[in-house]
Amino acid sequence: MLWIDCPWCGPRPETEFRYGGEAHIARPEPAATDDAAWADYLFMRTNPKGVHAERWMHREGCRRWFNALRDTVSNDVVAIYPMGAPRPDASGDEAGDD
Amino acid sequence: MRFRLKEGGRIDRTQRLRFTFNGQSYEGFAGDTLASALIANGTHLTSRSFKYHRPRGILTAGAEEPSALVQLGEGARTEPNLRATQVELYDGLTATGVNAWPSANCDFAAWTGRFAPLFPAGFYYKTFLWPASFWKSLYEPVIRRMAGLGRAPEAPDPDSYDKMNVHCDVLVVGGGPAGIAAALAAGEAGARVLLVDEQAALGGALLGLRHHVDGADGAAWAEAAANRLATMPEVRVLTRTTLFGYYDHNSLSALERRTDHLGPRAPAGTGRQRLWHIKAGRVVLATGAHERPLVFADNDRPGVMLASAAQRYVNHYAALPGERAVLFTNNDAAYEAAHDIVEAGGTVGAVVDCRPEPAAPLAPALKQAGVPLHIGSVIAATHGTKRVRSVTVAKLGEGGGPSSEQYRIYCDSVLASGGWNPAVHLFSQSAGKLAFEEARGIFLPGQATQAVEVTGAANGSFGLAGCLAEGAAAGARAAQAAGFGDGTAPPIPSSDAPEPGAITPYWLAPGQKPVGHGKAKHMVDHQDDVTAADIRLAAREGFRSVEHVKRYTTVGMGTDQGKTANVNGLAILADALGKTVPEVGFTTYRPPYTPVTFGALAGRDTGPLMDPLRRTAMHEWHEAEGAVFEPVGQWHRPWWYPKPGEDNHAAVARECRAVRDAVGILDASTLGKIDIKGPDAATLLDMIYTNAFSTLKVGRVRYGLMCGDDGMVFDDGTTARLGENHYLMTTTTGNAAHVLEWLEEWLQTEWPELKVYCTSVTEQWATVALAGPKARDVLAALAPDMALDTDSFPFMSVKEGTVAGVDARVFRISFTGELSFEINVPWHHGRHLWEALMEAGAAHGIAPYGTEAMHVLRAERGFIIVGQETDGTTTPHDLGMDWIVSKKKPDFLGKRAWSREDTRRDDRKQLVGILTDDPGTVLPEGTQLVDRPGRPPLPMIGHVTSSYASPALGRSIALALVKGGRGRKGETVHAAPESGFVPCKITEPVFYDSEGAKRDG
Ligand SMILES: [Zn+2]
Repeated sequence: MLWIDCPWCGPRPETEFRYGGEAHIARPEPAATDDAAWADYLFMRTNPKGVHAERWMHREGCRRWFNALRDTVSNDVVAIYPMGAPRPDASGDEAGDD
Repeated sequence: MRFRLKEGGRIDRTQRLRFTFNGQSYEGFAGDTLASALIANGTHLTSRSFKYHRPRGILTAGAEEPSALVQLGEGARTEPNLRATQVELYDGLTATGVNAWPSANCDFAAWTGRFAPLFPAGFYYKTFLWPASFWKSLYEPVIRRMAGLGRAPEAPDPDSYDKMNVHCDVLVVGGGPAGIAAALAAGEAGARVLLVDEQAALGGALLGLRHHVDGADGAAWAEAAANRLATMPEVRVLTRTTLFGYYDHNSLSALERRTDHLGPRAPAGTGRQRLWHIKAGRVVLATGAHERPLVFADNDRPGVMLASAAQRYVNHYAALPGERAVLFTNNDAAYEAAHDIVEAGGTVGAVVDCRPEPAAPLAPALKQAGVPLHIGSVIAATHGTKRVRSVTVAKLGEGGGPSSEQYRIYCDSVLASGGWNPAVHLFSQSAGKLAFEEARGIFLPGQATQAVEVTGAANGSFGLAGCLAEGAAAGARAAQAAGFGDGTAPPIPSSDAPEPGAITPYWLAPGQKPVGHGKAKHMVDHQDDVTAADIRLAAREGFRSVEHVKRYTTVGMGTDQGKTANVNGLAILADALGKTVPEVGFTTYRPPYTPVTFGALAGRDTGPLMDPLRRTAMHEWHEAEGAVFEPVGQWHRPWWYPKPGEDNHAAVARECRAVRDAVGILDASTLGKIDIKGPDAATLLDMIYTNAFSTLKVGRVRYGLMCGDDGMVFDDGTTARLGENHYLMTTTTGNAAHVLEWLEEWLQTEWPELKVYCTSVTEQWATVALAGPKARDVLAALAPDMALDTDSFPFMSVKEGTVAGVDARVFRISFTGELSFEINVPWHHGRHLWEALMEAGAAHGIAPYGTEAMHVLRAERGFIIVGQETDGTTTPHDLGMDWIVSKKKPDFLGKRAWSREDTRRDDRKQLVGILTDDPGTVLPEGTQLVDRPGRPPLPMIGHVTSSYASPALGRSIALALVKGGRGRKGETVHAAPESGFVPCKITEPVFYDSEGAKRDG
């Protein structure tokens, strides 16, 4: 059971949250996106061993979405940051695009 | 109780308890376990083994027990596969050994032992592979009867179970010397401490030893410590509680057995067991160690047990393991067990030490007591059937094999010790790494992943003094890390226990014949009947990975997770592969540490409390009318309303006819309703739906399809524009929460600039659908001020007004094809509206209809149900609904995907109608469709999504998704239900009123 520090409600058990998959995947401009790039947006996700930027939503609480950096090896949540904010500095990966 | 010592032990001799085991009556004392009481009565044979039905006895005195598994109790309260070593005795206890038929003493299937060559490693995969029919008719029933341990109860569980959540600064797992010292240190520092231990009282290993702490008997010291902990307000001690799961972020779960030890005297109203969910700041694991069996020929014969187990039975339970014991060891510490037996007045026939030159400190004392020492020797054979009667001791020769120097020694118990394995199970569960120590042949906790420290014997400190010192230090450190105290350990209690002494790891003792030859079995895993020969065979057959060998041989895969078997098995595998143990690797321990009852996991969340039941405002009316209910999500919706003498078919047909011929009334309150407000509401809806909603006029309603950005349909419903910036969306019943989340997700993550509020109002509005040619007449009687003619109130529009005297929103929409009004009133007026409509409609022949009739009516009209006609791979075009896909909007969810090649294929599955050649045949939904009959396998061209007997058409109808179906209208295909092939024709997916002439009444 992960414990996630909701920026609005404080630390809460994982069962209160919905996992939202990888963060910083912006919806591309459809007309300017070829099939391969559209498929990439729809289906392709990174699966790093280490720090992963991902989205969470506090479903049983404030129902707000936010981003988190989680180490997929230790499950440590190393950062929580708002939707739309750039990925904070954390070891092992480049900054996000959104 | 012939083997009960005259005095000593930690049992209550004033309380005699009667119990029955395997049909025989016995007596024991309060404080006994089932195992100790049996041993005190001279009974070692408890059960039969899993595969060969070999007689099995009591090997251990604790949680690691692999073989003395019992079926406890009878009837609804019976519980299988309990370890006799952990079952506390109560008066009237009844138990039987598992896997024995008709009894452990006279087992019908023991002959399988003679056919042991049929059950080699991987026998699941080999012997029974061919022919397939034999598996079903012969092998499986026979194996199921013989293998498979205990029986599950067949009646509902009469007991109740609870769950608790608890937060603590320091969790200490294990109430032995190290755990007590840790809890005292952390508690004195002021931390909130939780100490859990699986035994009835604190003390751990001390309860089975004769050592002293701070000058007091070990158990007395533990009791005093427990009393001290009880005075600390922030400390909680849970005994009879097994910490079974260590999960992420220091979340742990424990099972407390609250009344199991009381048997039938359990107080009514007390939950039998309690599941604790623990969130700990720091965890101190003081889980101790398990003694390791030695692997030697026929080492599973009843009477063979761990040395420390025998020692515990003597010291804790005042029960001798037998008349005459032989100790077989590779280490000094085990001499203490023999010594304690002698001290207690028992007889030890010999000490057999495999080491060539042991120097155990207790050896001289044993010699003086007349116990012969056989050094550089092994037990090469055990003799007897249901109990060991003698052993053959062989001097080891050159190369480690048995020499011809052999002795027969008479004994009725064998105490075996291969050293100690730290109980690293929970540490391993916590994702901590294990490190192998060659010298003692043990796995030690290595790099931790979580905020955890392992201490005492679990950390490889097998001496008492070390446990006390390490535990105190760990407790102080954990408290400090949690913000309490300065990390200084309190004074360490003194103790009189000797250091554990020397050990030479020894993995496999030779028998009189080479391992795997002859009848003798070198048992590694007592629970799964896996022998050293099985592991060697797996290695010979090419298995290299420890994970593969585990699954192939099943070593360690029993309910005990191989607590006594894994390290021996691993070392034997490493030897067979010519590798070191670390090179072979180790399997990961997973929760639960010991089995957990389903009852505890479920807690109070059973029956009606398992899932919330949602009822509409009219629910009681439906109940009173005898409605049959259908669960839809968490809702219960009326399915049909059978009249006396009607079956479901008759009821549904009557309800359908009422709607088509007169008027029907449906409780549609469960449809999801989302109130959408804000200056950007129209912009949001234009993106969410495939069609345009910004162009919708105020007061009008539009049907919409929702797709994901992958282009696949995921919900549908009507949305009304109530004001310039105000919409009311409806969703399917089961998808309401999901759609609301979908809107919120886009608003918060992709389009935060849009100013829109979305609010669920499903339970604010009760909804009644009034459908049929007489619907207008019925409504008119209740809404005299509302103009209901087609010009004033056209199809797909909404009006606000008064219906049956209450404020109402009325929508002119139709899911049946008939003239229809959906009337929404505040939830608490729902029943009033419903009854008013029933009364007003009585003269018109109004009838309530349920979801089944609704489905038939909509299918006749060719209306889809999302999730029935769609499956997540269906586009609007596949459904023939191009008309609802905007060509003008530059962008909306789904649009981009439809220019992908795959979504434009001609052979995509498309929605069609299906009419069976025989109008009386109603195909089962889900039936596969093929081009022509034949022998399977046949290429599947589609499947039936909806299928009903249609009262309006007087025949069966079906909807189906068929590859390229739209271009195949009129063609014959074949449905393939289980009964055989059914010829049918592909048609338009609309069977009734395809012009829509009936919607205005
Ligand atoms: Zn929150």
